[in-house]
Amino acid sequence: MKDHPAPHDIDGNAVTPGLPMAMLAEITHRCPLACPYCSNPVELTRAQAELPAEDWARVFGEAAGLGVLQVHISGGEPGARRDLAQIVASARAAGLYVNLITSGIGITRDRLEELDRAGVDHVQLSLQGIRADMADRISGHPGSWDKKMCFADWVAEIGFPLTINAVVHRQNLDRLPDMIALAERLGARRIEVATVQFHGWAELNRPALMPTREQAAVARQVVNAARIRLRGRMVIDYVPADHHAVYPKACMGGWGSTGLNVGPDGTVLPCHAAQSIPWMRFDNVRDRSLSEIWHRSDAFNAFRGTAWMAEPCRSCERKTVDFGGCRCQAMALAGDARATDPVCSKSPLHGQVVARAEADAAADAQAFTYRRMTKGG
Amino acid sequence: MTAPLPEHPAPLIAPEDIPYLPRGVRLADDRVRGIRVLQAPERAMQLDPIGHAILSELDGTRSMAHIARDLAARYEAPEDQIARDLRDFLTGLIERRMVFLKDPA
Repeated sequence: MKDHPAPHDIDGNAVTPGLPMAMLAEITHRCPLACPYCSNPVELTRAQAELPAEDWARVFGEAAGLGVLQVHISGGEPGARRDLAQIVASARAAGLYVNLITSGIGITRDRLEELDRAGVDHVQLSLQGIRADMADRISGHPGSWDKKMCFADWVAEIGFPLTINAVVHRQNLDRLPDMIALAERLGARRIEVATVQFHGWAELNRPALMPTREQAAVARQVVNAARIRLRGRMVIDYVPADHHAVYPKACMGGWGSTGLNVGPDGTVLPCHAAQSIPWMRFDNVRDRSLSEIWHRSDAFNAFRGTAWMAEPCRSCERKTVDFGGCRCQAMALAGDARATDPVCSKSPLHGQVVARAEADAAADAQAFTYRRMTKGG
Repeated sequence: MTAPLPEHPAPLIAPEDIPYLPRGVRLADDRVRGIRVLQAPERAMQLDPIGHAILSELDGTRSMAHIARDLAARYEAPEDQIARDLRDFLTGLIERRMVFLKDPA
């Protein structure tokens, strides 16, 4: 560890870390599905490198002490870990609110009841498409649709609050009204409609996934109309296609400001895609406490505050609204993690980004590069 | 992101409705920040003393009108003003699916 007088950003400007509210715990990268836009890194962590449940219990205690109120237990498929209920119980014991983020595949009814007793507060179920043909092809897992619908029934019978997480892209966006109707039928309190973020696996699949501008515009209308129709009955959270937007998304609500991710092997990241910034070094909960990592690590401090920003962000009135956009997208599209997110209409690269998105959207590609662990995983 | 809702949407809640916190929504202490919060699916809402006072009244047995009457007596405030504040605050939470209303038995 370097000897810092005080936390500082990538340029040496002093920064003041706040307190995190939420932690994403990706307890495994193992997953029965192979979705071509998986948010896990292309370099997947193997089972033998996973943090044991006792370490997760310690990390949850440290997280609660640091100000974290909610944990999102995710993966891969968290159900791939046999000790999932033990991990959930330790998070509840630490005082955290437990969201289980699952594909619903591989968790039996008995296990779901065990997870209820362990203290899962809320279940978020992923949706890859509508009906078996589409959902099974996109997830790369024959039978996934039937299993998922069965799982959703168990969630309702046990009484968990349910969120449907529909990941949308060119090959399923035209079915958005059906996805919203399905979430309603399943009794979901919320549906999160999230357009694919083009990092990692999704970056490899841009010509198969990039929505068209027309699709993005129609999706916005569908969401707006459904919000009015479903007011007081179901919440719709919408992450639009930012390649077609005027301003970038406020990734993580600002780097290192309110959230942190802990990966299967204990690596702590400011966001789940941060490992796509090749020069950045990340700490591990096996070596340092979560509090020390949050407050002192170079990775978390690198892009805190606004002093590190260059033009056009520096003089932009939106710099505390969208924080310069996504650092990982800046890395991927501008080749520089410090640059203005090139999806921003003020970025000098914006024209190129839009042209490339439109070219990918116009591609007739259907075939996917599925997310797979290389052999030995 | 908020949906552009009609300017005068229909009321979601009436004086005889009985509001309650559904499963997965609970009041909790935020010991680090020294405040009370409403924990809900994928959302923790920081509460001011008024919000906390209102939500503490949701016992699943008393109606909106009843709660407004009780709060007005306790805080020696005009009942119609309390009823309006109560309705506005809970309407926002009903829209977010953090407060439910009991089906009339």
